[in-house]
Amino acid sequence: MTVSIQLEVNGKPVQAEVEPRRLLVHFLREDLGLTGANIGCETSLCGACTILVDGNAVKSCTMLAAQADGAAVTTIEGLARNGELHPLQDGFWEKHGLQCGYCTPGMILSANYLLEQNPSPSDEEIREGLKGNICRCTGYHNIVEAVKYAAERMS
Amino acid sequence: MAGVLGTSIKRREDPALITGRGKYTDDLLVEGMAHAAIVRSPYAHARIRGIDTSAAKTYPGVVAVLTARDVAAAGIPGMVPVGWLLPDLKTPAHPMIAADTVRHVGDAVAVVVAEDRYVARDAAERVAVDYEPLDAVADVVAALEDGAPTVHDDAPGNVAFDWEIGEKDPVDAAFAQAAHTVELDLRNNRLIPHAIEPRAALASYDSSTGVMTIHMTSQNPHVHRLLMTLASLGMPEHKVRIVAPEVGGGFGSKIHHYADEAIVGLCSLKLDRPVKWTATRTETNLTDAHGRDHSTHCAMAFDGDGRITGLRVDTKAAMGAYLSTFAPAVPTYLYGTLMSGQYDIPAIHCHVTGVFTHTAPVDAYRGAGRPEATFVVERLMHLAGEATGLGPIEVRKRNFVPADAFPYQTQVALAYDSGNYGPAMDRALEMIGYDDLCREQASRRGNGNGRRQMGIGFSSYIEACGLAPSAVVGSLGAQAGQWESADVRVHPTGSVTVYTGSSSHGQGHETTFSQIVADRLGVAPEAVEVIHGDTDLVQFGMGTYGSRSAAVGGSAIAGSVDKIIEKGKKIAAHLLEAAAEDLEYEDGSFRVAGSPDRALGLGDVALQAYLAHNYPDDLEPGLSATTFYDPANFTYPFGTHVCVVEVDTETGSIELLRYTAVDDVGNVINPMIVDGQLHGGLAQGIGQALWENAVYDDSGQLVSGSLMDYALPKIHNLIQFELDRTTTPCPHNPLGVKGVGEAGAIASPPAVVNAVVDALKPFGVTHIDMPLTPEKVWRAVNAD
Ligand code: FES
Ligand code: FES
Repeated sequence: MTVSIQLEVNGKPVQAEVEPRRLLVHFLREDLGLTGANIGCETSLCGACTILVDGNAVKSCTMLAAQADGAAVTTIEGLARNGELHPLQDGFWEKHGLQCGYCTPGMILSANYLLEQNPSPSDEEIREGLKGNICRCTGYHNIVEAVKYAAERMS
Repeated sequence: MAGVLGTSIKRREDPALITGRGKYTDDLLVEGMAHAAIVRSPYAHARIRGIDTSAAKTYPGVVAVLTARDVAAAGIPGMVPVGWLLPDLKTPAHPMIAADTVRHVGDAVAVVVAEDRYVARDAAERVAVDYEPLDAVADVVAALEDGAPTVHDDAPGNVAFDWEIGEKDPVDAAFAQAAHTVELDLRNNRLIPHAIEPRAALASYDSSTGVMTIHMTSQNPHVHRLLMTLASLGMPEHKVRIVAPEVGGGFGSKIHHYADEAIVGLCSLKLDRPVKWTATRTETNLTDAHGRDHSTHCAMAFDGDGRITGLRVDTKAAMGAYLSTFAPAVPTYLYGTLMSGQYDIPAIHCHVTGVFTHTAPVDAYRGAGRPEATFVVERLMHLAGEATGLGPIEVRKRNFVPADAFPYQTQVALAYDSGNYGPAMDRALEMIGYDDLCREQASRRGNGNGRRQMGIGFSSYIEACGLAPSAVVGSLGAQAGQWESADVRVHPTGSVTVYTGSSSHGQGHETTFSQIVADRLGVAPEAVEVIHGDTDLVQFGMGTYGSRSAAVGGSAIAGSVDKIIEKGKKIAAHLLEAAAEDLEYEDGSFRVAGSPDRALGLGDVALQAYLAHNYPDDLEPGLSATTFYDPANFTYPFGTHVCVVEVDTETGSIELLRYTAVDDVGNVINPMIVDGQLHGGLAQGIGQALWENAVYDDSGQLVSGSLMDYALPKIHNLIQFELDRTTTPCPHNPLGVKGVGEAGAIASPPAVVNAVVDALKPFGVTHIDMPLTPEKVWRAVNAD
């Protein structure tokens, strides 16, 4: 049994038939080939799979593809505009906010949501805003720097 | 290119990773790919009475279900080997798929291959295994007790090995005459590495060529190929290609050769089609080799001046259910040999018992043995500061190996090549503002022991890294060499490709290795491509672990560049009609000394090397060089870290206030990357000290197997770190570099624990075992 869904992914309309139990993250990664969202756990705790659904940061391992029917989804692949990196992508590069990069797409999209809500966060607010995303490599120091860099560029 | 070494150039790895284009193993989708799900034991110890695969085999979408019988029927070795042998080491068999007994929760008993990953999981649930549960033992101390359940019949008493280093009698004599002694019983908590990318493999066998290609999460593809072919699949080495695509962190856990990747290989071999397996977080936590898990008694003796006269260490080190790849080396040669720390200790004896338990295997995890040794030494030094009345700084300084005493031969085999410990300590004190902190602490204590106490903890650490001379590690039992290879090829146009055996999994090798070439060869970093992580592209290499990539892999690259320059001089001398001895190489040009206008650029010489039209008779065409660099010694990074904490004595909660680290990692290639390595290591070490704990219950169930119950450091738990460096170059490698990957994880656990114990001094607390959870802290404060 499948259900039909229609959604917008990175600005493009997508129509698909999916198994009702198919996770959104698998739909994006395997059916659409958008492998930027990574999977690091099965308990909604690591944040590696974070994407934006209608502007909200969502862990795509915790949502069914069927639930995304009618939604507008942004993945890391859709963040750069006209070949220009998003200031957060730039900030992570500039400030060495990533090492292995596995957490990075989710981290950047969570930070994107944070900056939408609070364009000039303090260090503490950045740490509060990103606590749903785990990074095992960076010790977070440069992630804080990267988000501050982006916030300054965006303001 | 001058100025490129020691410069924080941005990483070339990043554009792919920040746009989602980097491809990790699970991102690879290939035509005809099937998915594997591994059926694992829910018991820590059980006999397998039978396995009924019929319901799984007939489940729609299932391609195959394999068990140990199929391994046997395939006529392959089917084993998972250990790669480091100690004298009298017990090496019980570790089958790829358990045949009659399972020995830890997560032991593989069957594998299901299906067209779809969901179906593979569904069908795995339908494999019916008839287990007869047996008694299990998960605790390293309990496993040695009389009557403990036995993990392997061929390892009586669960003893894997009994090992010692140093001399016991002089230590006993030192204790007999000591003016002061300190002692400690401690547990070094078991950790789960938690690379955020779980292990994964995509095996693609092609029967038309007989070639097996395995893309997998590997820190050392050639080592994996060797072990995979030799002990598991029994295929010819030249018919197996291992590729490590982007690898999402490793921290040691992706060094080892596991059963799972071999199982996926077998599936593909049997089915003649690509098969992918990606571990769930729970699966990877049940089967990745864990770290640490020691029970230790240790003591230090001092004379009346507070000088160390002896150190005694007795450790029980868990090996888990099977010996993982390098497991026996970790609590022995990477632990006992580090017991001298930064100190001149005249007598040391360290005894270690390796213990089988019904748990996941234990092997190298960031620091591997060295954090455990540093914890012993630096906790004792904290206690010694109290016992001698000298305090934490003076007791350390008084015992530092003096700067003029290098090279320094320790009592535990290592010979420190260089060091200068005082300045790192002084700089750390200056940065942290020690005197002000002491005043603040005194005022809090004076305040009738107020609720929020402050503590300051030190850790002056040494590490031996850059693994290391092959002959030495061979004599100590390694079944592998510890050199590294580099093939540097200058193309006809003068640009360069480097093939390195050090494969990266987040460290930024492509960036830093290009800097090494750019500096030495006088070209732009952008003119250098770095290739790694593919056994078909790269000559044999040992891989990335033990903070060895810059010191060993980087030195191999430097060696190849030097050979290229030497050859280039001969070619240029021929073209310039000069003697090769008269040529100098600078900024990318070969010049005749004293005649600056007689010069040829690297590109000109490279082109001539490939044309070979007008060319020296005794020279082969081409401009490339391969080096297998075998270091003369380990390298010895060191430093002093200072941690400041606030402890709420009513709730037992701990707040990190400051963390300062002054490290000496020798010359630095890219300061930004070096700092990043430190940050990451610090987070893991602080995580060990405060939150992380792999807990098995008495029946051998892993109760902290998911991120719900294993507390990884999160961003709001940590603070910005304050870093600086001193620079004492390594004297025996061409770059003067020492390595930095593990320093943070090695130094920080005792710094944190010492700080908390210091905060609780007014309450008579002298030790709390890691992790320092609020409950344990509260109990320590409220103990009678
Ligand atoms: S994969 Fe870990 S939160 Fe989604
Ligand atoms: S960069 Fe590796 S997990 Fe964050």
